Amino acid sequence: MSISQQSWALQFAILAAGLVAPFIFPDYTFQITVLWLMIVFALTWDLMGGQMGYNSLGNIFFFGAGMYICAVVQVAVAGYDIGEYTAAYGGVKVDITTTNYYLGVAVGLTAAAIGCAFMSIFLSRALLGLRGPYFAIGTLGLALAGGELVGAWTWVGGGGGIALPVFPGEADDRSLFFYFLLFLEAVIVFLFLKQLYLTRFGLAINAIRDDEEKAEGMGIHTLRHKSVAWAISAFFLGISGGVFGNMIGFIEPLEVAFPTITFGIFMVAMPLLGGKGTLWGPVLGAFLFHTIKEVTWTYLLGWQWVALGVIIIINVVYFPQGIMGWIQSKWPERFGIVVDRKTSETENVKEAAS
Amino acid sequence: MLDNLNILIQAPVFNLQLLLDGLFIGAVFALAAYGLALVWGVMNVKNLAQGELVIMGGYIAYLLAKLGVHPIFSVPIAMIVMFIFGWVTYVLIIRWVIEKDLFISLLSTFGLAIVVQQGLNLAFGPEVQTVESGFGTESFLGGNLSVATIKFISLVLCVILAAAVVSFMKLSRMGQAIRATSQDPRAARVMGINTDRVYAFTFSLNAAICGAAGVLVSMIWVIQPFYGVAYSVRAFVIVIVAGLGNLPGVIMAALGLGVAETYAGFSLGAELQQATVVILLLLVLVVRQILSARQRQVVQ
Repeated sequence: MSISQQSWALQFAILAAGLVAPFIFPDYTFQITVLWLMIVFALTWDLMGGQMGYNSLGNIFFFGAGMYICAVVQVAVAGYDIGEYTAAYGGVKVDITTTNYYLGVAVGLTAAAIGCAFMSIFLSRALLGLRGPYFAIGTLGLALAGGELVGAWTWVGGGGGIALPVFPGEADDRSLFFYFLLFLEAVIVFLFLKQLYLTRFGLAINAIRDDEEKAEGMGIHTLRHKSVAWAISAFFLGISGGVFGNMIGFIEPLEVAFPTITFGIFMVAMPLLGGKGTLWGPVLGAFLFHTIKEVTWTYLLGWQWVALGVIIIINVVYFPQGIMGWIQSKWPERFGIVVDRKTSETENVKEAAS
Repeated sequence: MLDNLNILIQAPVFNLQLLLDGLFIGAVFALAAYGLALVWGVMNVKNLAQGELVIMGGYIAYLLAKLGVHPIFSVPIAMIVMFIFGWVTYVLIIRWVIEKDLFISLLSTFGLAIVVQQGLNLAFGPEVQTVESGFGTESFLGGNLSVATIKFISLVLCVILAAAVVSFMKLSRMGQAIRATSQDPRAARVMGINTDRVYAFTFSLNAAICGAAGVLVSMIWVIQPFYGVAYSVRAFVIVIVAGLGNLPGVIMAALGLGVAETYAGFSLGAELQQATVVILLLLVLVVRQILSARQRQVVQ
């Protein structure tokens, strides 16, 4: 079986597993839902960090922004002004019809996606000219600023947060509904990015990663490509934020919407673990990271966040190429990378001589 | 929000109060920022755990105060403890990331920041702490202007520390080696300088400076396990504004930031003080980007 056939077989296996998983393990639906969210995080981060070389520490900003946009739109569709709604601290009893609820979610998610994409285009004028570590620091500042500003903004509830309209139906239907929304999103993101990396656009952002000055010299409009890549990232992150906010049911700026040191750093750690700059690396990294986290977390008794920091340090310092990167350098021919024995041998000789 | 601004206009003496408070806290920022500039300039490592080192120093003073040591005497103890901590950190983490991609150093120090934050949270709990120094408050101008004596003392300590570090860098053998390494590591190696030791010493020195700054913060402000991020951001703001190896610039930027922040905290409300710092960081980066874009245009 060739590598592409294997890849297709794997994709179908994952698709089938994703479709039946909530029915086989109904107790773990929430955990598996978060796994799809993590895969979305890892893939959208890798579009920027791995494929384009712009390591963002603040992509969580779009997750939180999407969550808030979606919430505001949903409350508006339900017929309330968000200011009055949040001022009552859950005192407003929302009477909402089933159709209105689904309409609110649909409109809210659309608004979140488009709003985040626009925000990223606006921000890219300000931030995407920053190179390397300055970009990382700037985006980290963006995420922190997002949390602080929303926390001080009383119109959207400030630090008190927003309780979202309640799902009209059974609890089991509710978890399945959000499960399939995030599952669908993960599948769409994966297939979309897979196609995207095959196009000229994919090659252009790889060129920007390898050498931005030369890419510009070759006539690639770098700022435009970078903005579009960031907008794609923000688009999908906005949707995932909206869905996750509804799934939790209550959103709040620092812990749920802009959690810089949890989700914000997970989305960097996962592609690095799996191997950044590859298509399957982020998926593998998200799967491993999430599984390890869920299995071991409860046994660590409060030390889990310390363990998270240690994992990041060990991963980054001692194992920066990630699992897929390691496999690629171990068996390059399996990935269609042809190693010229003669040149690699002469290089080895040169290295030995120097 | 605007009521507070009105107070400033109608009672000009409050301006003086805010200005003084800002300068006192800015002096502490200058220490942390100088440490960051040192590590950045010499080793090209952007240390995102800078604020956590400061907060660690504060907790050392807190711990010692519980044992009955006066916080002023815990300044040298905190410096020694943090120096050792810095050395261990260097051997375990920083040594492996110096030669690598800049993002690697940023992310690994971010991991270190998470470890320190959460470790402190486990050890001391998430409450806001302060260390009682036992000094009174001086009043001037008929009681309109009041300054805690400890703030004066901390300013004096800041100046002494800064002078000590600067003369160390200028005069001592190790200081000269550090400056030589920052100019050209390869040439320094050729000249027989053990650059690995220089790097280790630089990072430990930075940790020690941060530790001392932390003790001062614990006396004149408050400490909390998660307040470190704000100090890291402040240090980055100052260093990006001032540039590397520009000590007067660092001091001016730090004092300016201290004053700006106190004003923002007073007129916009305390909940926006953190946001002000972060937004200043974004502004500084954007301005820097515009300037470098203009420079590129000139070159073209």
